[in-house]
Amino acid sequence: MTDAMPVGDRKPLAPPVDETGPLGWARKNLFSSWGNGITTVVLIAFVVWVLSWFLEWALFTANFTASTGAECRGGGACWALIREKFRYIFFGSFPYEQHWRPLFAVITMLAMLVLSADRRMWNWRLLVIWGVGSFVTFLLMFGQIHIPLSLILFVALAGGGIGLTLRSALAAPSERMAYYALVAIGAMGLVLRIVGVLPAWSIAIAPLSYVETSLWGGLPVTLILATYGLAFAFPYGVLLALGRRSNLPLIKGLCVGFIELIRGVPLISLLIMASVMLPLFLPSGTTIDKFLRAQVAVILFAGAYIAEVIRGGLQSLPKGQFEAADAMGLNYPQKTLLIILPQALRVVIPPLINTFIGFFKDTSLVLIIGIFDFLNTANQALVDPNWAGFPGEVYLFAAFVYFIFCYSMSRYSKYLEHELNKGTRR
Amino acid sequence: MAATARDLSKVESVIQLKGVNKWFGQFHVLTDINLDVKEGEKIVICGPSGSGKSTLIRCINRLEEHQRGDIVVHGVTLSNDVKNIEAIRREVGMVFQSFNLFPHLTILDNLTLAPIWVKKTPKKEAEEIAMSLLTRVRIPEQALKYPGQLSGGQQQRVAIARALCMRPKIMLFDEPTSALDPEMVKEVLDVMIELAREGMTMLCVTHEMGFARAVADRVIFMDRGEIVEQNEPEEFFANPRNERTKLFLGQILHNH
Repeated sequence: MTDAMPVGDRKPLAPPVDETGPLGWARKNLFSSWGNGITTVVLIAFVVWVLSWFLEWALFTANFTASTGAECRGGGACWALIREKFRYIFFGSFPYEQHWRPLFAVITMLAMLVLSADRRMWNWRLLVIWGVGSFVTFLLMFGQIHIPLSLILFVALAGGGIGLTLRSALAAPSERMAYYALVAIGAMGLVLRIVGVLPAWSIAIAPLSYVETSLWGGLPVTLILATYGLAFAFPYGVLLALGRRSNLPLIKGLCVGFIELIRGVPLISLLIMASVMLPLFLPSGTTIDKFLRAQVAVILFAGAYIAEVIRGGLQSLPKGQFEAADAMGLNYPQKTLLIILPQALRVVIPPLINTFIGFFKDTSLVLIIGIFDFLNTANQALVDPNWAGFPGEVYLFAAFVYFIFCYSMSRYSKYLEHELNKGTRR
Repeated sequence: MAATARDLSKVESVIQLKGVNKWFGQFHVLTDINLDVKEGEKIVICGPSGSGKSTLIRCINRLEEHQRGDIVVHGVTLSNDVKNIEAIRREVGMVFQSFNLFPHLTILDNLTLAPIWVKKTPKKEAEEIAMSLLTRVRIPEQALKYPGQLSGGQQQRVAIARALCMRPKIMLFDEPTSALDPEMVKEVLDVMIELAREGMTMLCVTHEMGFARAVADRVIFMDRGEIVEQNEPEEFFANPRNERTKLFLGQILHNH
């Protein structure tokens, strides 16, 4: 008579034994019926067959030590080619004896990315990480950096302005005074610089020999294009998405027009436009670095796609969230930054990271305008007549490197989703 | 009934609506609304769904824009001037049918957000105010949880506390108990009754006639965008004059 027993006194029963443990799991999921059992066996056999064939080629009969392509022939995979060419594949035409520079640039960028992936860094530390990381990266790549006075003044003006708008509510009087001082110094200095009172002076930091962007190649190029492309495209995309939902017809029209225009053309055409058409419109004598033009094209293109992803998140928010924020008297920037974006971005993490992964791979299209990104240097490694005939090994290696990056991003997306929804889950 | 004992004719008006009209497209949702709310007055607005009662109170803090007539709140005439609108919203708290708490913030952060950002209250002070209000709505122990972890009744009490955090002079309630399970209605109404007894100016759209009897100075019946009838609660329930009022009261009192 379990009915008579008070609920609190019932002993919880252990789950049935045949459904727990690895054996139970296998019985339930792999061999629950004859059909299921046969499918399992056939699939396992297939996987083992493919894997053994691959390992035979890639490992057991592979040649790791050959010094020319001819020695490699006949056996399995020719990994000796990668051994011979990996420095070119990773760093392109960067001066050979200086290869430590792109190597440390890549390490710096990876450290920067890993650090900013941690949620505890999402405050002023992020600015420091990216400021220092970017400076070190580009100092290593260029070897010399000249910081013009007008840039310093502009940064002071922008920093003070941003500080004033974002921290006006929370800043102590002394902090606010510092922002005002920055704005004043920046604005006055810029005016004096434009009028010509201040000279065209710049700080030169030149510890290394100068290497121009046309010599850059390989992994650092792919990483720079993708990292800075997405780092700029993300805020730009947020602005576009907000603009697209604006009540002001002109802003809305401009944003819609831009997004549709960019989405309507292939990235390749945009890159070619940036590299061939743009110089035609510039006054003769002025040149903009080809690498920079490709970078801007990637930013514009990624921005439009990111904007559409974020718009999806904005639309998923219930109207009540906007109304509650309005009713409390929050103004538009406060409402957007404190209420709307934190929620909208959470919703779109999976499609956003999906877009990021897509663009990481799409940067390889810059090979069309003669920039040597990682895939392009891998491609070039095949040109050597001594090592002709092993495209499989090289592309497999390139694919493996791309996979490491893309899979890390995918895992990070999972972590981020989990992390951000910790408290809000019931 | 302590609240009705005061002579309201001598008290200042805090909300005045004069000839307010509003359309949703072709649909005339508010027709010539005239309403005068005195300081400390509690008004219950009822009526069939689609009668414009929610729209009416949403016009007061400009969640909806009216097209004709004037709305004056605390001496400020509502216009498209953003500064005017924000000034009024600082004085007017609102509680929604669907709570509309911010799910990504803790209860405490939900409460302190507006005081810190809109009123520039120091964080520590804002948190003290928030905790005292949470104590008042009897859920201080939930301060560090997220809205999704609370029951509907608790969430609505948090929403009331959140509105009170801005120290508003007027509170608007838009069907605050309609989305609640029956057993949670009372805990929210108790908080509202307490608030009414403390002298808050309140406009409530609600069908809780018990609440209307307990605290309202005036009950307004709306139908098809018009104010059909208004009276003190006892008169309103005992002797409704208009046919539409009688029909409506017959329907809802029958159910309660």
